[in-house]
Amino acid sequence: MSETRWVRAACTEHVPLREGREVLIGPLSLALFNLGHQYLAVDNQCPHKGGPLADGIVTGTSVVCPLHSWRISLETGDVDRPASGRGLCVRAYPTRVEDGVVSVEVPVALLARPAERAEGAAAELQESHACTASKASKEEAA
Amino acid sequence: MKRLVVVGNGMAGMACLEQILKHQPRYQVTVFGDETHVNYNRIMLSSVLAGEKAADDIVINPVEWYQRQSIDLRVGVRIVDVDAEAKTVTGADGSVTPYDTLLLATGSSAFMPPIEGLHTDGVLAFRTLDDTREMLRRARPGLKAVVIGGGLLGLEAARGLQVQGCHVTVVHLASTLMERQLDPDGGQYLVGKIQDMGMQVLLGRTTTAILGDGHVEGVALSDDTCLDAELVVVAAGIRPNVELGLKAGLDVTRGIVVNDYMETSDPDIFAVGECVEHRGVCYGLVAPLFEQGKVLAATMTGNRGPTYTGTVPAAKLKIMGVDVFSAGDWSEQHAEPVRFEDRALGIYKKLTVRDGKLAGVILVGDTSDSHRYMDWLRTDADISGQRRHLLFPPPSADGGLDVASMADTATVCGCVGGSKGTIIAAIHEQGVNTMSQLKECTRASTSCGSCTALCQDLLRAVAPEFEDERKKVICACLPYAEDRLREILRSQRLKSVQEVLEIYGNGLGCEVCKPALSYMLDMLWCGDHDEDRSARYINDRVHANIQKDGSFSVIPRIRGGVTSPDELRRIADVADKYHVPMVKITGSQRIDLLGIKKADLPKVWADLGMPSGQAYTKGVRMVKTCVGTEFCRFGTQDSTAAGVEMERRFEQLFTPHKVKMATVGCPRNCAEATVKDIGLIGIEGGWQVVVGGAAGKSVRKADLLVTVETTEQALEASEVFFQYYREQANYLERTYDFVERLGIEKVRKETVYAPEAVQQGLIERLRKSKAKATDAWLEGREPRTAAQFEPLHAMETVTI
Repeated sequence: MSETRWVRAACTEHVPLREGREVLIGPLSLALFNLGHQYLAVDNQCPHKGGPLADGIVTGTSVVCPLHSWRISLETGDVDRPASGRGLCVRAYPTRVEDGVVSVEVPVALLARPAERAEGAAAELQESHACTASKASKEEAA
Repeated sequence: MKRLVVVGNGMAGMACLEQILKHQPRYQVTVFGDETHVNYNRIMLSSVLAGEKAADDIVINPVEWYQRQSIDLRVGVRIVDVDAEAKTVTGADGSVTPYDTLLLATGSSAFMPPIEGLHTDGVLAFRTLDDTREMLRRARPGLKAVVIGGGLLGLEAARGLQVQGCHVTVVHLASTLMERQLDPDGGQYLVGKIQDMGMQVLLGRTTTAILGDGHVEGVALSDDTCLDAELVVVAAGIRPNVELGLKAGLDVTRGIVVNDYMETSDPDIFAVGECVEHRGVCYGLVAPLFEQGKVLAATMTGNRGPTYTGTVPAAKLKIMGVDVFSAGDWSEQHAEPVRFEDRALGIYKKLTVRDGKLAGVILVGDTSDSHRYMDWLRTDADISGQRRHLLFPPPSADGGLDVASMADTATVCGCVGGSKGTIIAAIHEQGVNTMSQLKECTRASTSCGSCTALCQDLLRAVAPEFEDERKKVICACLPYAEDRLREILRSQRLKSVQEVLEIYGNGLGCEVCKPALSYMLDMLWCGDHDEDRSARYINDRVHANIQKDGSFSVIPRIRGGVTSPDELRRIADVADKYHVPMVKITGSQRIDLLGIKKADLPKVWADLGMPSGQAYTKGVRMVKTCVGTEFCRFGTQDSTAAGVEMERRFEQLFTPHKVKMATVGCPRNCAEATVKDIGLIGIEGGWQVVVGGAAGKSVRKADLLVTVETTEQALEASEVFFQYYREQANYLERTYDFVERLGIEKVRKETVYAPEAVQQGLIERLRKSKAKATDAWLEGREPRTAAQFEPLHAMETVTI
């Protein structure tokens, strides 16, 4: 498993209830959501056309992209609508809240500027980034 | 091939010809019409006059139909003679046409009473499309118009002229209106309703002379008074056109006499419609024409057998807001009258019962039961067992009961003559599921439209996949139709989206229902609700329009498209300072700055120093204007000032869908007001207010709402409609769908022709919302939510 790091991302009060905010962590742009009982974070680019997910409307534990209404699970990062988008996903990042601060667990390799990333790290990232659907099918095959 | 000559290109002649061609398409047919138009729906002329329909909309058979049927159509040719020996007809143009069979469908003419000065310019009849066009050409706001005759036609003409802005007086000989259809009490109720609409009614008076030198200036009445008038419409009844019948040597009394097989006294000459007299009766209504036509078609094509035994006379006044229905013999001689009246509600109902059967009926103010009574009359039903429920039907167990209890043979559409059975058969056999499909394949409800509700009920009861779009729920999160939901929110005093979702929905909501609820709450509580930005689309969180790359477009408000060098300079400076990739003139006379970063929005707004143009939201967009009287040499109204004022009154408000408006100074319509949600069209002496136009995904010509004299009246009419749309439309329903769904008649009735208190209520709620509304771009200085515009930065450095 690749090395990860917990990053203090934002104060809880900076993300309004049931809304998302873009959080910049080094070269990364994340979309952080306040669902009341929990904070969830995913990549801020919709796998469809790169729409800003932080600007979407929250429905349950999913967000709807403001550009073409793709719906993405904030828990897994998987696309759950449209059917043609199933199998695509964004990375979902583990989060925790301590003393009014939301922290996000980020693979260290992602924090490097893309140009500086080593070959091996990229492949490893690819592996850890695979959608839960394809992960499940791989496990089944195994 | 036998030669059939039809004299008369009206509804009776062509309906009969359609039937004949069904039986036997082997005639070589020539049709003469003295009007220069193809066959049109004469009973809809009052709708053309009232601006509800265009002349094209009332065409029944277009030219292509005649061509397809190989009919030789000769319009504009009046037949002046018939030679029954030589079997020829002679036209006013001198042409002589031979026939084997002749069909006279010459209809009737307007009766012109012997009044001095009847040929003065400005005196018109109301009978043909040309008459209607001439009335429309002359009508203008403030014009003084007198209608002679307070019958069906006279009242419809009066109402049409009033819609065009005229000041209308109805002069009528009898002591109440529509005395042929209504008893004196019913007539009095009608008088009250007509007066309430703002028309003057003078009863018990005849017109003795038309005054004026060359052009009409007034009318003199039998009580020695005079009325100013610039336009006089004579609607004093009709007379059957029997001249050709006389020339052909047929039996003629009041009309051309026909027997039950619709035969005249000459075996080769037939007659149908308003020119005939059957069992002593001449009809001037549409339903008998169709019934006669069917019987005659059978007789003429060698299928003699079916007989015509007369039609129960029935009449319905086609003035919205004034429901009047009359049928059968309502005289109280040897009959038991059954009555209900309520002066406060303006409802009067009278039935007459003879020998346990319904003999006649009069309904004023509430005609919803007219079909039930028509059925009893047509079928001669024994109603002794229903005496307790004559005026008010017993409460039905379910909504479909009324339709279910109708016999299969019962007529649903009195105009085109569809029975319940034939309509149900069509629904089953042709897979009909919607009202428009039903119209398409049965033509039911296409003529006068009074059976629309009944057809809807039938569809609902019978069509397997019928879905009434009005009843559609918003989404699965919140399974309620929108009208029901609005009622719930109002009665339960709910003010926040999340509260509604938790009590009535799945507690979560989605991108469909949340913005809809946000809109409804804002509208219902006039801005005094709990605004929840998480339930708004991103455009309404940051007050700009999101683009494909996540950047935003900024359009400042430029009211009426009128700007200044100073504003333009500031816009140019902003474009430079923020490296705006594209500056574009929009189709709405505004300027669009595209490609602005979300974080820059507050600074851009501050630098522009202009209010939000709301180009990103379901709200008031703009008023497009032309230069009007200020500069244009054709302008009749100051459309620019009117447009700027209009934009001021509506800006900053939210609506079910976007609202685009325009004001134009003359009918040249340079700012395209006829394809806007609301348009003001300047005319000589006033404004036309039009609504429901579109020139986007759909293209639709706006309907005339009302014609008024002053700019203030035009603005107020717009306000009344605007608020009505806000309150009654479904979310994401544009005005063109809304007006189409409700019908302009209903819209008028519930807006500009609603009681004063209703209109005041609409305006007050609009003003209240307006008082609460603010320029959204002020949030650039005082953000509404945390980090509303800027991205957050991690609280620690992470660079490796």
